Amino acid sequence: MREFRYEKATDPAGAVALLAGEPEGAYLGGGTNLVDLMRLGVATPDVLVDVRTLTSTEVEDLPDGGLRIGAAVPNADLAAERRVRERYPLLAQALLAGASGQLRNRATTGGNLLQRTRCTYFTDTTMPCNKRAPGSGCGAVTGLHRNLAVLGATDEGPESAHTCIATHPSDLAVALRALDAQVRVLGAGGERSVPMAELHRLPGDDPSRDTTLAHGELITAIDVPALPWATRSRYRKVRDRASYAFALVSVAAAMDLDGGCVRDVRIALGGMAHAPWRATVAEDALRGGPATEEAFAAAAEAELAAARPLADNAFKVPMATNMITRTLLQISTEARS
Amino acid sequence: MTATTERAVGSDVRRLEGPDKVRGRAPYAYEHELGAQAVFVALVQSTVARGRITAIDSAAATAVPGVLAVLTHEDAPRLGDVVEELRVLQGPQVQYVGEPVAAVVAETSEVARDAAARVQVTYESGAPDVVLTADRTDLYAPEQLMAGFETDSVIGDVDTALAAAPVSVDVTYTTPVQHNNPIEMHATVARWDGDVLRMWDANQGPHNLVPVITEAFGITADQLHITSPHVGGAFGSKAFTHVHQLIAGMAAKVTGRTVKVELTRQQMFTLVGHRTPTIQRLRLGAQPDGTLTAISHEVVEHTSQNAEFAEQTATATRLMYAAPARRTTHRLARLDVPPPTIMRAPGETPGMYALESAVDELAVELGIDPVELRLRNEPARDPERDVPWSTRNLVACLTEGAQRFGWAGRDPRPGVREDGRWLVGTGVAAATYPTRRRPSEARIQAVPGQPYVVSIDASDIGTGARTALTQIAADALRVPLDQVDLRIADSRLPKASGAGGSTGITSWGPAILAAADELRDREVPPGGLTVTGSSGPGEEAEQLSSHAFGAHFAEVRVDRDSGEVRVPRMTGVFAAGRIINPVTARSQFLGGMTMGLSMALHEQTVLDAGRGHFANHDLAEYHVAAHADVGAMDIHWLDEVDEAHNPLGAKGIGEIGIVGAAAAIGNAYWHATGRRVRDLPITPDRYFG
Repeated sequence: MREFRYEKATDPAGAVALLAGEPEGAYLGGGTNLVDLMRLGVATPDVLVDVRTLTSTEVEDLPDGGLRIGAAVPNADLAAERRVRERYPLLAQALLAGASGQLRNRATTGGNLLQRTRCTYFTDTTMPCNKRAPGSGCGAVTGLHRNLAVLGATDEGPESAHTCIATHPSDLAVALRALDAQVRVLGAGGERSVPMAELHRLPGDDPSRDTTLAHGELITAIDVPALPWATRSRYRKVRDRASYAFALVSVAAAMDLDGGCVRDVRIALGGMAHAPWRATVAEDALRGGPATEEAFAAAAEAELAAARPLADNAFKVPMATNMITRTLLQISTEARS
Repeated sequence: MTATTERAVGSDVRRLEGPDKVRGRAPYAYEHELGAQAVFVALVQSTVARGRITAIDSAAATAVPGVLAVLTHEDAPRLGDVVEELRVLQGPQVQYVGEPVAAVVAETSEVARDAAARVQVTYESGAPDVVLTADRTDLYAPEQLMAGFETDSVIGDVDTALAAAPVSVDVTYTTPVQHNNPIEMHATVARWDGDVLRMWDANQGPHNLVPVITEAFGITADQLHITSPHVGGAFGSKAFTHVHQLIAGMAAKVTGRTVKVELTRQQMFTLVGHRTPTIQRLRLGAQPDGTLTAISHEVVEHTSQNAEFAEQTATATRLMYAAPARRTTHRLARLDVPPPTIMRAPGETPGMYALESAVDELAVELGIDPVELRLRNEPARDPERDVPWSTRNLVACLTEGAQRFGWAGRDPRPGVREDGRWLVGTGVAAATYPTRRRPSEARIQAVPGQPYVVSIDASDIGTGARTALTQIAADALRVPLDQVDLRIADSRLPKASGAGGSTGITSWGPAILAAADELRDREVPPGGLTVTGSSGPGEEAEQLSSHAFGAHFAEVRVDRDSGEVRVPRMTGVFAAGRIINPVTARSQFLGGMTMGLSMALHEQTVLDAGRGHFANHDLAEYHVAAHADVGAMDIHWLDEVDEAHNPLGAKGIGEIGIVGAAAAIGNAYWHATGRRVRDLPITPDRYFG
């Protein structure tokens, strides 16, 4: 563990100003992921700027009926928030499907989105990993990859500097991706709003970058736009044990039905890719069509046609297909009853 | 002193040290505060699986302020004649990924860790050989197995009997590498007081460590003092001496300071052993009425380059069922892996998983209920040793369990029960574990008007042994519990066996009884009186076959879309001799069954074939059952007293709870889905295989 300084600012702008001058510094939120990575030597910041008490811990109504979630709202509080449970059940379900009670008490909304991958080659400093040590190659493609990406990964072989099959571990991010949330970010140049679709990136040719945020940019809040039909939504997570495990496959879905037809639908997948994966192929296939199990399954299969699994994660393709179908079926069944 | 006729043995007594533990007043090894002078060790571990160190540059580490010493194979103190796996920092050879190649001693643990990362090690290395297969050409037969068992056993003409059997199964099961994960990481605090080595250590019996540590440091037993008053779980991983204890002694010697070594969770995956993976071929032959005619159980497993650990995987098969023709074999591959060790019921746990799964498959082939099939093959005597049982109540466990679970009327067809999206099934498996006792000595000091001081180097690794021994002593001395002052877990107390092999109560209890016998009817003079007693294996070991037995029943639900597996309920019924303390005994059975469930559904350490390391070496990626995985656990035991084995009539209960549990769950999974998974664990992806 590297020695580091600990700094506190008085407001978000002060924190941004502090970190702007610290190229190897990092923000400290709940610390539930960063501190672990520091203990492992994976993250080696020389200064931590504590932002846990700087950003809002409130959930506010937006004029359009949406919600603004302060970046410092603990995961546990957000999951218990009445308006979240009523307007966006999938969001509350996603939060409760993540981590443990203790971690949810500590972890922040903003920090949750910036978790690093749980790939074991990333968390072991003696192993090759293009994300942790750019150019060192990827140990996972020939090693343990049972729970790694099948969609949108880069696999040019274990030696390539581009190869990365990491998954993003957040459940919350998957639900926010389905809801088209906007992430409010404060940087040295002022405030900007980043759509969830653009926050996380695929590995492409630079696996070291998880997000599009620049160094020193601070998430201050998440805006979740109104989506009246999200009251019928679900987050379904499949994991290796009944609680306290990262997703093998997760599905965040909401559906607007017009009789037996799909008027609109949102589907995002977790555990499948380097970023929360919006299933646009499936959505397009379903919109305007019948809300039947056959249609759901066909749409799911169409989405998964792009999957490029390896030997040990091929199960994710039928599992995800089944879970998309099943989740949509449950939403449509509930809507009819 | 007031005599009492009320018996403590058999009554619920809460853990005597429980209040101290929950208040944080029960110090574990690492927590011994010895003033401000303690210094800390961080390890540098090999990144290659086989090779030699060609250079170590520790200059950058030594330069970090607060670093006191960097020990490498070039300058670490020379150890005495210890076994190869313990020759840590003694040479340039590297035999597994994670082997310690340097140790940094510093004023704080943070500085030690930082400096350890700065040690530069250069290796000359070869490709690792870590993949176990049944067709390797280098498999060999060890001279004997763990605990002294014969490597092979053959009775009759097994191949002819199998060929002639009207009904048979020929199936292969595999179990993966598994790791002990006690909550308390292994820790040692060491200090040299002149030429006396003082250690506060997490272990399963201080006396277990004495021979190795005295040899390693060239000292006598009088020059070594080890205590371990509280231990936060062990399961076998703290039974033997491991390298960190020797490093602690070396670092204390080099620096002249009190040294604290605590392994990280990640280091526990390489430095304190693991359960070998197994490949087990089971062949069973039977008459149409279910009478077994042949049993063959062939085991392939691994050991390390630097140690032979030959797990006794098929030994339970030697006694479970009657059959005229029978064979068990064990073959090992020496791989570039860390040394395996004991993990709760070594041998019985993986072996009975395979046997009891195969028996279930045979029941299906025969069209006979799997409880009934077991009842029909109950042997009157030990079928291989040809001696009587001291007590054997497997039949009663199966019938009692079937009744409690509601087994009667079970539809044997697989994959036909649905509850919403769940596929539902039930399964059964038998359990067994040997009953043994080991040499132990106890001392009782009586002083008029004071509690009896009962001393024995026994260990309480979280089992409740401290409480149970106090109960035994109180009854033997005919006094209330508060008139017994029990002292354990100290190498300067009378020598006792370690807490392992479910032998604690059967070994330590009779030693206390023997000492109490010495005191009986003797007048205690005003100045007090000290007596001793001892116990150990007797004629029963040769003349009788002594084992605990049990039966597990499980209900399994499998999500038909996701493949997720749930176990809403299990019933375990055990015949395990006299139960000393029902409340702590229940915890042992419950813990064993939970660990068996965890083995069935979750536990698996993955070896990276190319790099040779255990890839999922932490608790985020090595899954053990969470609370939400454990459903209703119905735990019951039969009234059984086995005084033919030992005067307490006890059998030991630490391990039998895990044995067979995974098979009951696997069998229920088949009954739910129609899919026979023969490779543990049964994770959701198996459903799509």
